Amino acid sequence: MNEESLITEEMRKAVGGLLNICITKIERSKIKMFVEATGDLNPLFQDEEYARKSSYGGTKVPPGYLITMQMEGGSPGFYMPDQLSLKGAIDAGGEWEFFQAVRPGDVIIVDRKHVDLYEKKGKLGNMVFNVFETTYRNQRGEIVAKGRWTTIRILAPGVKDYEGRKIE
Amino acid sequence: MPKELTYEDIEIGMELLPLVKETSSRMSAEWAGASGDYDPIHYDNEYARLRRFPSAIVNGRLKVAWLIQMMTNWIGDEGVLRKLGCQHRGVDIIGQPVKCKGRVTKKYVHDGEHLVECEIWTENPKGEKTAPGEATVVLPSRTSRK
Repeated sequence: MNEESLITEEMRKAVGGLLNICITKIERSKIKMFVEATGDLNPLFQDEEYARKSSYGGTKVPPGYLITMQMEGGSPGFYMPDQLSLKGAIDAGGEWEFFQAVRPGDVIIVDRKHVDLYEKKGKLGNMVFNVFETTYRNQRGEIVAKGRWTTIRILAPGVKDYEGRKIE
Repeated sequence: MPKELTYEDIEIGMELLPLVKETSSRMSAEWAGASGDYDPIHYDNEYARLRRFPSAIVNGRLKVAWLIQMMTNWIGDEGVLRKLGCQHRGVDIIGQPVKCKGRVTKKYVHDGEHLVECEIWTENPKGEKTAPGEATVVLPSRTSRK
């Protein structure tokens, strides 16, 4: 196993940086894809007539949908080293807080920051952990949700990365 | 929808209504389309083996979405999911069912909100917790309706 640190100077410099900003108008068609993929048939998320009777007064965007809104890569103008790409990384988990409901038609601005970087030795090889924070704001600039999540890259001889390059 | 859950119904140790999901490569493809995460590790067995997994694995974010679904099903229309997190400690193989489970660990009133904390997890057929975590919800109360 490689005893040297796999964390490069370039990777360290990226800590604290804003990686991307995604601006998305929440479309009902995307919500439909989400509920079909998850099998979540809660009428509160799709049936406007049903949801009108709830105290919220209309359909809500499923909270789980928000966690899918951060998968995109680097946006133009933002620095994104290859090592921080989500491609080929393993999701180690995360935590999300939901501050207010989101409605279909809302415009959600998601920014993703790289907040921490560390390394551990594992059974399969060196593991590099990257921690990200995501903030979700609506069209009124209100923070509707926040996320903090970690990815792992296992770098060991013989393991191929996402692009098919073999790690020596 | 079942009868609305209120803060007064909650007892510490109470189990949440579990959510069981069968997994398939079709479901994996649907999740890739819905989430935009096309990592082949979730649908290509050969590629998954190159990454040293036994075969294609269930997307971790999909398991988070299922845990969220278990919570929103349980709290009903008037409950609010405030916080949820989990750690991916183990993998779930496509083709095997994933069970989402949970139990209440704490209930308290803070700033006029009736809060309930739960321990939650996904479980594989061997009974191993593959994604343990926690969730916090706000429930309506019979004494002070919001």
